[in-house]
Amino acid sequence: MAENNKLSIICMSGDFDKAIAAFTLASGAAAVNYEVNIFFTFWGLNNIKKKKGRSFIGNGLLARAFNFLLGGRNNLPLSRLNFAGASPRLMTGLMKKRNVATLQELFQASLELGVNFYACEMAMHILGLTKDDFIPEVKGVLGVVKFLELSKGGQTLFL
Amino acid sequence: MSTFRLDITKEHCPMTFVKTKLQLAKMRPGDVLEVLLTEGEPLENLPKAVVEQGHRVVELTRVKDSVHKLTLIKNALNS
Repeated sequence: MAENNKLSIICMSGDFDKAIAAFTLASGAAAVNYEVNIFFTFWGLNNIKKKKGRSFIGNGLLARAFNFLLGGRNNLPLSRLNFAGASPRLMTGLMKKRNVATLQELFQASLELGVNFYACEMAMHILGLTKDDFIPEVKGVLGVVKFLELSKGGQTLFL
Repeated sequence: MSTFRLDITKEHCPMTFVKTKLQLAKMRPGDVLEVLLTEGEPLENLPKAVVEQGHRVVELTRVKDSVHKLTLIKNALNS
């Protein structure tokens, strides 16, 4: 059977370190001509919000409070030793110092290399979000069945 | 035909591959790219990766210490 160069990542986590893992794999795979899909669900949706900081977005009071507390790409916490949000900034500084791509650079590289971003319809519904709350590069809003169809024949990772 | 140069000696995975791919995307078929890279993962895998993508490796030479120069032609399949 011919090898299918396709990588599909389910990004459920909204953690800084897991986002780095997702965009490192995505940009690296896309750089060697893989078709790459990322399906953002639950806290993973914070990665693709148009508002990178904290903002009262979403439909309904509770959803707006949740989205404010979760924030966007600039507020992702480290999964361990977060120290009230100080650690991601310290880690970014360390990455720059060591000439390793930062989260923002990996995110941008993924976009430039044509990685396909998709948002989970069900998680969006819970958090009261619409496609307009996300960056325009998000290609579509999907459910499980469509994601399985897109990822068929390739490798799938859950982060 | 133009010649382009790219230094990825200070880059780490995955940016070694990302920067090479983005540079190649800006070039025309037949253009030459000279990439300065270090030993380890870039030297072991970048030449293979560019060949798999349909580019032709013309030369791979040591420049100094652990730095090597990979010369390739865009979109010219090895025969």
